[in-house]
Amino acid sequence: MTTTLGGRDTVRKMPVGIAGFDQIADGGIPKGRTALLAGTAGSGKTIFALQFLVNGLNLFNENGVIVTFEEAPADLIRNVESLGWDISRYLAEGRVAMVDASPEPGETVCEAGSYDLSALLARIEHAVRKVGASRVILDSVGAIFPQFSDSNLVRRELHRVVSGMRHLGVTSLITIERVHEYGEIARFGVEEFVADNVIILRNPLEQEKRRRTIEILKFRGTTHQKGEYPFTIDPTSGVTIIPLSAIELKQKSSNIRISSGNAEFDKMCAGGVFRDSIILVSGATGTGKTLMVTHFMKAGIETGNRVILFAFEENREQLVRNATSWGVDFERSEQQGLLKIICRYPETMGLEDHLIQIQREIDQFKPMAIAIDSLSALERVSTIKSFREFVIALTSFIKHREIAGMFTNTTTMLMGGESITETHISTITDSIVLLRYVELQGNMHRAITLLKMRGSSHDKQIREYRVTDRGMEIGGTFHGVGGILTGSITYTLGEEREYLQKMFSGGK
Amino acid sequence: MKCKLILFITGRSLASQHAVTNLYRLCEGDLSGVCEYEVIDILENPEIAEREKILATPTLVKMSPGPVRKIIGDLSQRGKVLFGLGLDITTLGRSDRASLETGNSEDGIL
Repeated sequence: MTTTLGGRDTVRKMPVGIAGFDQIADGGIPKGRTALLAGTAGSGKTIFALQFLVNGLNLFNENGVIVTFEEAPADLIRNVESLGWDISRYLAEGRVAMVDASPEPGETVCEAGSYDLSALLARIEHAVRKVGASRVILDSVGAIFPQFSDSNLVRRELHRVVSGMRHLGVTSLITIERVHEYGEIARFGVEEFVADNVIILRNPLEQEKRRRTIEILKFRGTTHQKGEYPFTIDPTSGVTIIPLSAIELKQKSSNIRISSGNAEFDKMCAGGVFRDSIILVSGATGTGKTLMVTHFMKAGIETGNRVILFAFEENREQLVRNATSWGVDFERSEQQGLLKIICRYPETMGLEDHLIQIQREIDQFKPMAIAIDSLSALERVSTIKSFREFVIALTSFIKHREIAGMFTNTTTMLMGGESITETHISTITDSIVLLRYVELQGNMHRAITLLKMRGSSHDKQIREYRVTDRGMEIGGTFHGVGGILTGSITYTLGEEREYLQKMFSGGK
Repeated sequence: MKCKLILFITGRSLASQHAVTNLYRLCEGDLSGVCEYEVIDILENPEIAEREKILATPTLVKMSPGPVRKIIGDLSQRGKVLFGLGLDITTLGRSDRASLETGNSEDGIL
């Protein structure tokens, strides 16, 4: 192998076509080279590699070769049918060729003298020429080692295969198992012969949840984003990577305001919420968060815009019934095609999958506003880290599309208090609305305050509100009381004296 | 019924040439009249290698009779070759039996 010095032999990139990957890989994997894709069992190596190949066929019109060491070709084809990848059709069309290096069950092989694996290379070369392949995948080379007694020889021969593929000018992905999530790169010391480009897939167990991540360990001679990125494998789009730190804060900021659905609240926000802002509504159970969401949805519908309500706590019937009791007809709006209610149990999938689903619904329905009721229900099913990543990715996504979002958060304490959700995402959201119970002289009152609103002046008072059959009615401010937000109420002395006087004079 | 063998080689590599010589001597010697064989160069016929799933070269494949057996290597370890082919060792000469029993693998080129 020769290396050209002086920067002439600059590494170009070949896009993989996997959502998010080309972003973290700064354009794709090094073109004309071999990259090692290492991961523990079940980390998604085969799917990733096949997706690289299938995307080549579908998106870039590049043919490919599959070298299978582990699964028999028929099994491999059948296993990815559910992803909509019709490998057998590509085989028939002569756009994909397969090299079957999987062990034959029940076959006896004995060794008598020296040998090499030239046949493997010859078969790969033949397959590449036959279909004019640009992309080659070898899945998974670990399975070839037990077939031969001398693993040093196999390593040496695989090195020859890698150089051979480089001469052919193809870009290849080699998958290999690893034993531990963190530790040596690959089994059988495979990284010794393809050390230039290494991608690692992980699937560690964190608090009883699997959390898939991908890391580009190195790309020789070219750049990539560093660190682990969460990803998910889903039945319709395969591998999708959530490129967190690659998200750019370049979204435009809009000055256009839209109504929150409550005239008084709009006044508190100095004329409504911004069209591309995220509002977090936080409060204890029963304070009226879903009510605010209903108002918000109604406001969008009334202006003839589409809105989506993602509900993770209540089912459709409950939501529709409650809305009806506040004078909002959700069913009719759905029939008009202005509203979409999506109810899911948070537990049905991981947060990464929820994110993909939400993004998909948004891209299909193209709403002006969305609401998530509640975010804290999603927090329940995830680790703090992946929850934070979820919120960042979601807010960035909807801001890019200039969609307004209202997220609700249920606090654990009835009075005052703050929740993990608040502390973790308060910096991400643009506006925070607190809904609180206030106990005053033996009665429960409700208080609303606008804690922050980015880019606008706003009402800083703590206002009382009532939930009536017309919805939320915001009233005056609380006088002579303090500590509402912390939950420990204190009264101003003057007020107390007056009150006591009234009490002892028999209320006259 | 004659034993049918195919030897897969890659071009003029040293191991391949050794295998061809060793197989010729074996079939003309101990296995004379028992076997017929064919040599296929994978570089010229890669699709046959694909069909027969050949990874290593040289590989000797016993096509018939009975189950398909594969012996990889330059066939220098004659005892192992005969054992691998599953041929009746009682019909073989004393030297062969000795090498089989001791598992001696250093027969070298015949």
